[in-house]
Amino acid sequence: MRRVYLDNNATTQLAPEVITAMQESLALYGNASSMHAFGRESITAIEKARSSVAQMIGAEADEIIFNSGGSEGNNTLLAFAKELIDEGSKRNRIVTSVVEHPAIIEPCQALEKGGYKVDYIPVDRYGRVDIEAFKSLLGDDLLLVSVMAGNNETGTIQDIETISRLSKGVGALVHTDAVQAIGKMVVDVKRWGVDYLSLSGHKFYGPKGVGALYVREGAPFKTFMKGGHQEDGRRAGTYNTTSIIGLGRAAELVIEEGNREAQKLWALREKLREGLTSTIENTIVNGHPVECLPGTLNISFGGIEGESILLMLDLEGIAVSTGSACATGSLEPSYVLLATGLPIEMAHSSIRFSLGRYNSEDEIDYVLEKMPPIVKRLREISIR
Amino acid sequence: MSNDSPVWVYTDIVKDHFIHPRNVWEDDAWPAQGVGLVGSMACGDQMRVGIIVEDDKVVDIKWQTYGCASAIASTSMMSEMVIGLTLEEAYKLSPKTIDEKLGGLPKHKFHCSVLGDKALRAAIDDYLEKEGRDNPYRRMAAKIICECKNVTDVQIEDLVKSKQATTLDELRELTEYGTVCGKCQFRVQRLFDELLHIYEH
Repeated sequence: MRRVYLDNNATTQLAPEVITAMQESLALYGNASSMHAFGRESITAIEKARSSVAQMIGAEADEIIFNSGGSEGNNTLLAFAKELIDEGSKRNRIVTSVVEHPAIIEPCQALEKGGYKVDYIPVDRYGRVDIEAFKSLLGDDLLLVSVMAGNNETGTIQDIETISRLSKGVGALVHTDAVQAIGKMVVDVKRWGVDYLSLSGHKFYGPKGVGALYVREGAPFKTFMKGGHQEDGRRAGTYNTTSIIGLGRAAELVIEEGNREAQKLWALREKLREGLTSTIENTIVNGHPVECLPGTLNISFGGIEGESILLMLDLEGIAVSTGSACATGSLEPSYVLLATGLPIEMAHSSIRFSLGRYNSEDEIDYVLEKMPPIVKRLREISIR
Repeated sequence: MSNDSPVWVYTDIVKDHFIHPRNVWEDDAWPAQGVGLVGSMACGDQMRVGIIVEDDKVVDIKWQTYGCASAIASTSMMSEMVIGLTLEEAYKLSPKTIDEKLGGLPKHKFHCSVLGDKALRAAIDDYLEKEGRDNPYRRMAAKIICECKNVTDVQIEDLVKSKQATTLDELRELTEYGTVCGKCQFRVQRLFDELLHIYEH
């Protein structure tokens, strides 16, 4: 059966170039921390990867700390903020947005339970952070601001440059979760003016379980994973040589591809959007119409439930995801979509198509052929 | 890896009923004698069931479902099971029996998606009411939840359905449940939450 993978925001396939690099690295078994030749071979390859990851985001190599991915980066930052507050920092408030990834939201909720102050910036109907509301949350008690660069569900891109400038204006530290943004838009830590940035390998055709945290030279930082001198004492744990090499190769490909890939993805996304909304009635396109990650298309199909659509598409070999509660195992549909003011039943009816490097126009045609009859059939079964 | 491999999220029976749902209510002009509607779109599951009755037997049933694959499949399965049953037998059809026939649903799916039996009961209630007949099944199906104050699940259901009890406090005021030994409080709360899910439309 034909298989079309349109769930690239969940994870991506390994680039063939990354597979080759990782396969070749498997024989490198020396502990990268060892001084002998075996160790030196590994650390040389790791440092090359570090340079590539740094270059990809406009950073310096020693500003990159390898870790296990986006969730670790986000948790590390919030644990660090907590430690600063515990030590008596006069700045004792964190600001984030209501549409962050759970790896920000849940640690923040845990902090709130512990009596720490966290404010959440609301978003507009496109899921963009309300800058005026953000301004009202600024103050000299602000320690850390964390806002994601691009949203995983809607694709909506945030104005990190402005958020960063406003935060700096009151002397706060700035973090951005750029897990979804890498490889899909220009990510430049210097232009954005952020102090910290989380990224994850498997979202840009690299391996799973590896990522990096950017910490600006001179920005304060405290280690989360203690017990070793790796990463300049900033993250303990024996170097994950093969995965780091894969991450580095994936970064090189992002640098090589540059803007070409984003343009291709946006063209495919627009073809899919136009095709679906012109052939199917009662749809809502979620997220920002222009300020959007190029491969993400989130659409609600009124009157039918997301998991049903997902599974019908799965039977045709097409992989997507949904913001419906049924797929999350909870009773609530996507909090990201609800935060934009989308009616709850339309949130249950949402489908996210996320395109990637290896999707073709032919595959979009296949989806455009399969989707209308699925929606029609489910609407026949559904309550009218 | 193939897409129809046994690692699909649901059993083959669920899959079959999801892809080929039985007794779907497609013709809006179909003359149902009793209609039941439960669930809400806001909760992600809503079902409408219509029945035709002859000699106190369900001879035909049609349904519509807004919901996930397991909701669609469980309503479809229920519709197959119920044709030919007496009203009493149909009233006794439990979510557990439907679940077993489907080969078992994931635990977190059970409560929200197996609403077909409740929609069926609502349809039977509606049929008897339209016929101007007494409803012995409803009383029969009642289970005592609060022993001290003799409060049944059916009583609670009626109060939630008619929106007389929209909060637990209102329910307590009306029934005095849990005011003596307090043992039933957790069960009442769970039932109340479930009923809100079913009747919040």
